[in-house]
Formats: sequence, C-alpha cells, structure tokens
Amino acid sequence: MIDKAPDRRLHYLNVSYGVKSWLFTTDHKRIAWLYLLSVTFFFFIGGFFATLLRLELLTPQGDLVQAETYNKLFTMHGVMMVFFFLIPSIPAILGNFLIPMMIGARDLAFPRLNLASWYIYMIGGLLTIGAGVAGGVDTGWTFYTPYSSIYSNSHVALTVCGIFINGFSTILTGINFIVTIHKMRAPGMTWFRMPLFVWSHYATSIIFILGTPVVAIALALVALERVFRLGIFDPELGGDPVLFQHLFWFYSHPAVYIMILPGMGVVSELIPCFSRKRIFGYSFVAISSLAIAVLGFLVWGHHMFVSGQSIYAGMIFSLFSMLVAIPSAIKVFNWTATLYKGSISLDAPMLYALGFIGLFTIGGLTGIFLATLAVDVHVHDTYFIVAHFHYIMVGGAVMAYLGGIHFWWPKMTGRLYPEGWARLAAVTIFIGFHLTFFPQFVLGYLGMPRRYHAYPPEFQVLNVMSTAGASILAVGYLLPLIYLIWSLRYGAVAGMNPWKATGLEWQTPSPPPTDNFDETPIVTREPYDYARGEPQSEYVPGEVEHV
Amino acid sequence: MNLGFPLFPDQASTMAPRVDAVYFVLIGVSVFFATLISLAIIFFAFRYRRRSDLERPPEILGDLRLEILWTVIPLGFTLIMFAWGAILYFETYSPPPNALEIHVVAKQWMWKAQHPEGRSEIDELHVPLGRPIKLLLTSQDVIHDFFVPAFRIKTDVVPGRYMTVWFEASKAGAFRLFCAEYCGTLHSGMLGRVVVMAPREYQNWLSSGPVGNTVAAAGARLFQRLSCVACHGDKNTERGPSLAGLFGKHVRLHDGKVIVADENYIRESIVNPQAKIVAGYQSIMPTFKGLISEEGILQIIAYLKSIEPQEGMQVKQ
Repeated sequence: MIDKAPDRRLHYLNVSYGVKSWLFTTDHKRIAWLYLLSVTFFFFIGGFFATLLRLELLTPQGDLVQAETYNKLFTMHGVMMVFFFLIPSIPAILGNFLIPMMIGARDLAFPRLNLASWYIYMIGGLLTIGAGVAGGVDTGWTFYTPYSSIYSNSHVALTVCGIFINGFSTILTGINFIVTIHKMRAPGMTWFRMPLFVWSHYATSIIFILGTPVVAIALALVALERVFRLGIFDPELGGDPVLFQHLFWFYSHPAVYIMILPGMGVVSELIPCFSRKRIFGYSFVAISSLAIAVLGFLVWGHHMFVSGQSIYAGMIFSLFSMLVAIPSAIKVFNWTATLYKGSISLDAPMLYALGFIGLFTIGGLTGIFLATLAVDVHVHDTYFIVAHFHYIMVGGAVMAYLGGIHFWWPKMTGRLYPEGWARLAAVTIFIGFHLTFFPQFVLGYLGMPRRYHAYPPEFQVLNVMSTAGASILAVGYLLPLIYLIWSLRYGAVAGMNPWKATGLEWQTPSPPPTDNFDETPIVTREPYDYARGEPQSEYVPGEVEHV
Repeated sequence: MNLGFPLFPDQASTMAPRVDAVYFVLIGVSVFFATLISLAIIFFAFRYRRRSDLERPPEILGDLRLEILWTVIPLGFTLIMFAWGAILYFETYSPPPNALEIHVVAKQWMWKAQHPEGRSEIDELHVPLGRPIKLLLTSQDVIHDFFVPAFRIKTDVVPGRYMTVWFEASKAGAFRLFCAEYCGTLHSGMLGRVVVMAPREYQNWLSSGPVGNTVAAAGARLFQRLSCVACHGDKNTERGPSLAGLFGKHVRLHDGKVIVADENYIRESIVNPQAKIVAGYQSIMPTFKGLISEEGILQIIAYLKSIEPQEGMQVKQ
C-alpha cells in the first residue's frame, strides 16, 4: 500500500525529522508522544510481571518461580504500573497533548520544563528497571518498614531512588498544568467554559504538587534508615514503623485519585460527544473533581484500620472515606443522566467510556465495603482489596485511558483506527477484566491474603478462573497495540473533526500545526453545545501552509 | 450449595455473623445501584441510539432536585454503614475484662503462642469454645498480621509494641490462621491453625503437654534472675518504686504527665527506661534490651499483673 496522505500540509509531525528533532523538542504534542512510547513500554513490562504472577497462581504450590522471585515480581509489577504507567498515563500523554489545545493556547506555560519532566521520568524509570535487572526488590510497592528499611535483602535503595527522581517529573508536570490553566486560557475561555477534562487535570495537578513531596520524603527516609541506620521507622533503632504508613498513604491514597480523576475527565468528554448532549450537571461534575482532590487528602488512614493507629482515628478516617464516595457517585449519576434523550452512537471510545462507568461503579461500591470498619478488618490485605483497586485503577483508569487514546488518536495522528477491531478490543477487555478480577472478591472474603506465593488448595478453583480471565484480558490489551500501529500507515484519513465534537482541539487540523492555532481563538460558547452542534469558538484554520 | 470448593468462609466466632450481616447489606445495596446504573445505560443506549446523523437532541442542562436526590441518598446510606461498621470495630478491639489472655509473638515466619497456665505452642493456637479470648501480640522483627478468616478478626502485629484483639469462638474445629501483612520471603508459608475445643478438652490439652510454670511464675523467676527485684521490691525505695499493683493504674511522671501503666508502658520501661521517668525518681535504670526476649517481657508483664498492691505505693488512683 502506498502512503496516501491527502495533503502535504505542514504539521507538528512533519515539521522536522530525525531523532534529535524529537529528543530536543519542546512541543507539548511531541513530548506527549515521547511519553506515549515510554509509558507503553513500562506498561508492557508491568504486564509481563502480571502474567508471571497469574501463571504462578494457577496451582496452590509455589512451583513456577521461587518465593523470593514471586515477591520481586509483584513488587516490580506494582512499582511499574503505579509510578511509571498509571500516574503519568493520562496526564502526561493526553493532558500534555490536549490541555493547551483545549484552552486555545500554543503550548504549556513552560515548554522546556515539560521536556525536562520527560527526561526526569525516564531517568527514574530506567533506574528502577536497573534495580530490577540488578536483582530486583521484594518489599511490595508499599515499602512497609521495618521490612524495607532493615530486613529486606534486595535493591530497595536503588528502586526508591528511581521513584524519588520520578516524583520530580510529576511535580513539574503539575506546576506546568496549573500555571497553564491559570494564565494561558484563550479570551472567552472562562473557568466554567473549560472542558471537564481540563478541570480534572487541574484537580490532579493539585494532588501532584501537594502529595508527591511527602511520598518522596517518606521513601528517602527509608533509604536513609537502610543506608545509615538512622532510627526513624525501625523500633530496634528507636523508630516507629507505623509512622511510615502515615507518610506513605498521605500521598499514595490521593495518588489513587491522581489515577482516576484524569480518567473521569476523559469520560466527561466522551459521553457528551457520543450522545450529542451537553453534560448533565456540568458544575456538579466539575466541582466534584475538586471535592475528590480535597477530601482525598483526609482519608489516608483507611489503609491502616488494623495497623495499630488509634481506633478513634480509624473512625474519623472511615467517616471521611464515606464522604469521598459521594462526589464519585454524583459523577456516575450525571454521566448516566447525560445519556437520557441523547443521540447515542456506540463507537469504540464510547464503549470504553460506558465500560469505565460499569467497572468504576463496582470499584467505587466495593470501596464503601472497605470504608466500613468492621468489614475492612476482615478483608484488609486479602484479595478483596486486590480486586477493588484493580477495578478502580485498571477497570477505571485504563479503560478511560484507552477510550481517550482512541478518541484523540485521529487528532494525534491524522488517521482513524479500525472501528471494528477497536470495538472488539473494548468488549474483550471489559469481559476479560470481569473474569479476572471478580473471582478475587470472592477469594478475598473467603480469606485468601494478598502477596501469597503459595496458597491453601481450597482457593485453587477461583484462582484458575482469575488466570483464565487474565489471558482474555491480555489479548484485549495486545489488540490496540497492533491495530493502532497498523493505523499509523493504513488507517483512513481522519479529517479535522471526525466525531463532530465541540472542543477547541477539534477546530484545528489533524494533526495540528506546531502552534496549534494560527491565531488565538476567541471562545464564545460553553464546552458541550451539542444541542446546536456548535464549536466553542468561531475559529477557522487559516491558509494551509504546505511542505 | 456445594461446588466442591468454598465460596463463603466459616462462621466460627460470635463476631462472624455480625460482620457478615453488614457485608450482606452492602452487597444488597451495591447490587441494587450497580443494576440500576447498568440497566439505565443499556436502556438509554438502545432507546436513544443514533438513527440519523442529523439528530439534534434536546438541550438538558441538569436538574437541581435530581442532584440533591443522588447526593442525599448515597450520603445517608454511607453514614449508616459508617456507624454500623464503627460499632463492631470498636468491639473487636475492646476485649471484655474476663477474657482469657494468651500471648502471641510473631517472627519471620512463625507464630508462637503462650497460654497463661504455661503451655506454649508454635503455629497453632488452642482455645476453649465459648469463652472470650484476648490476644496480646507483638513481633520480634517486621510487621506481621494475625488473621483468622473464620473469626472475621485481624490485627497487624507490630514490633516494638503490643496489639490487642479478641474473639469468642462459637464452633469447634480447626480454622486457618494466616499472616496477612507481607513479611518477607516465606510470607505465604507463615500459616497456622486455631483449634477450638470444648472447655474440658482445652483443660486436658493444657495439662497434657510439657507443663512448666504458669506464665506469671516464669515472670517472677525472670524478675529475680535479672535482679529487677533489687530496685523494685515490696516497698518503694530511693532506687525505684515498688511495682506491686502497678498494672492498670495511673502513674505521674517527673514532667507532670499522667499515664496509664499498661502493657506498652511496662515494655517500654524495660527496653527504654529513660523514656518515661516516674515522678520522684532518678533516671538510673539501665536498659534491658538484648538481655530479655519478647516472651520474657510478656512473662514479666504477666507477673506484674498478678502481684497484689502493697501499702506505701507511689501509684496514684
């Protein structure tokens, strides 16, 4: 087949060629691509570890790998997926690409800082992989002390160093987004005309900036205690092991919202577009993002109901955890209500968005189980927890991520993905996900603890079901990798606005020119004026410049 | 329903059915909401499917009454679950005063239990049916977690301090004990079982094994051997206060604070005596860290609990 590009228009992809033009780019759209490649790389490494874990768990005996190896596998799976896939995925790829375009700006506020963030991320990621190659780390991604700081014989310090460095990337991205959203909105782009995607990234950035330093400090203290025997967490040295848990979860619980809020932002774009409706209760959806970001900082102790913190503290954290469920519920109800009397088209991004609602609803409802103190005592540290957070972080965040990638793929590449394959992948992932993780709820209530290399035989049937589901899920994840790459060359040409969406990013050609807009657009409407089908501004791209 | 494998855990403690009741209510409400949302999505997706590309749906901005409705209903439900869960949680960690106290020391990767009458065991815990059992737990190294699914109880076992949890077994038999906090290489091998026996059988079991002294008597011997008694005798001396009747009392410290003399306080005073100095005394006690095992400290605590108060005590009521 020949490359049948329709026009030789100058855009951000063909404006220059060569490795250098990419490694030294300051264009937010190109940096998004750098992130897309590296995040995908880390995702498949983490996925490879998950595959080995599920294979080991096919049988009750620990027979595929040794206990030590198994412990390293689940640790590296968690570290890769949380710090190097989930946290950067939507913000650093889609957020980077879209925030300037959605608010009518030419780039982020600090383009060079943006590139620096990617380099810092890569240094952190490669250091962490280096720790894995050197022999791995076996503490669990939670690094609980004093096991991590004293007892573990694995590469804790190096891994922690990688995560610590990566934290700066996150912080810098957060600063960049906040400044951009405050200072670079196009004329007429008032706060309440911003797409909800931008709102949710604003909330996420706040967590980036407030939370990341705390986890960085906590992990640095682990390294200091390990290397210099400072008595901080180990009671033998006069420290307090529970203090670490407070510091760790002060960040790592809000980190869950870092993973899910951008996903909610994506879904809030997809649902109006594919139901041709203004989002139901815009301001409730927008404000609920901020409510989640704020309340999310007050619930960390719900990871510690059985850790020995005061039972009264446990009660307070339980109460706040109940409250944080409310804004999530509000979002789900509003998304569902948006469908009412819409004009609904079930294209692949919409399938992902509806799948997100389905999985996130189950993840959220089981969160109430965990916020309920007496039930959490029983299911804490069992597979119930594993199932719950995978429903949120994989069911929720990854579905939204894939939905977003499909939705904006035409904008990023100028090509359409193959619709039939994409629908098949979305359905495969949805089904494979349930088959993998639903049995784990049952396992957890039965009492199977997490992080078990070998397990009693009565748990085997459910584990086999879970592994079988995981193989379907794996196929679902490989499909987009294949057909999206295929579409880069063979996909149909997308055109400026294949979805007839209203956002500013759809008013500029696909792929967009380096400066996004020839002149600054003037925003005159609300973001989701699908009733009239009118875009947010009167902007039309100017004369096309050819290569 | 028997599929050849269990789908629901045994209910073998008085707490188990009460936790399960909360669980079932949560399941009921969750199934209701998940079904509601799913059916609404499926119905809307079908009923309002796009028939023509020219469709212009009506503009609906939102509805304040609906927003209030779907804020208040989940809020009310979660607050009820909060209160219900909190009441049971409070009970799980508040042992009744008449409970039988058993000491548990965890280490990589085993459980050691010691019964007050003196018998000790590894990776097993024998308990009598129908009697509240209070566990006093600590760890020798990293954090472990004592988890008996059939009892619906769990507590982390943290080094450097005591944790408490209690249960009353309601069914005879053997039930799995798991370590639920990741503790290193053989974490998944740190298993045990709790054997629930009729009270008479429990008594037989206690006296059938290698019987030593009671825990308190062992503590008394340690108290002599480590020369604790040289400073902490029957009466307060200049060197140290008498410890008879101390347990559970309020103690005034030299900085004016008043604390309760509980297990954690006694443990701290043995391994780190400088941490809390009783009012009116010099800071002269050396640390016994490294000279006494976790089991030994627990024995001394049991001994101190057993001795009666004397006259002339410094403890304040």
